[in-house]
Amino acid sequence: MNNRIKVLRAERDWSQGDLAQRLDVSRQSVNAIETGRYDPSLPLAFRIAELFELSIEEIFVPPSRHQSKAF
Amino acid sequence: MSLTPPMRRYTIRLIFCLVAYGLALVLANMAYPAVRHITPLAWGLAILPALPIVGVFVVIGRLIVETDDEYQRMLFVKQTLIATGLTLSIATVWQWLVNFDLASFPEGYGIAVLWFAMLGVAAIVARWRA
Repeated sequence: MNNRIKVLRAERDWSQGDLAQRLDVSRQSVNAIETGRYDPSLPLAFRIAELFELSIEEIFVPPSRHQSKAF
Repeated sequence: MSLTPPMRRYTIRLIFCLVAYGLALVLANMAYPAVRHITPLAWGLAILPALPIVGVFVVIGRLIVETDDEYQRMLFVKQTLIATGLTLSIATVWQWLVNFDLASFPEGYGIAVLWFAMLGVAAIVARWRA
């Protein structure tokens, strides 16, 4: 799933390690989520959204919207 | 590199099982000749080294359950599933070779040893580009 985590992280000048520490996950996990190789569970998605003080939809691009862009 | 609490517990439990396996193996080999005709004791001694190996399966299961990081947990699950699939596949092919007298089970053959080896292979496959 595409997302804006990399941009949001850069705006705050956080490294992947910084974000991982704040979310209490490994840096590898942040990298996998950021690059869209792993879709986080709903609880983790909420934690990410709360951390950035945004809604989930403002961070993660719904697959339906992503697919429609491709056509 | 510091270990996460679940990995630390896993390492301690694994070391405990490996030490227990070593002790059980020595005890079983030393005591078995004396009790080989006393059936319940012989059975008990023969099974003794298997118990710490079963313990390792439990330890790996606990690692999966206790890992808080959901992505890491997914990788561990993927690794054990790949290892189990590879082990079952190899064991099935080997069994059929034995059925047709084209192969035999090696001395001291242990499916657990094969599974642990496959766990190593699966770690590379599961974490490839992870």
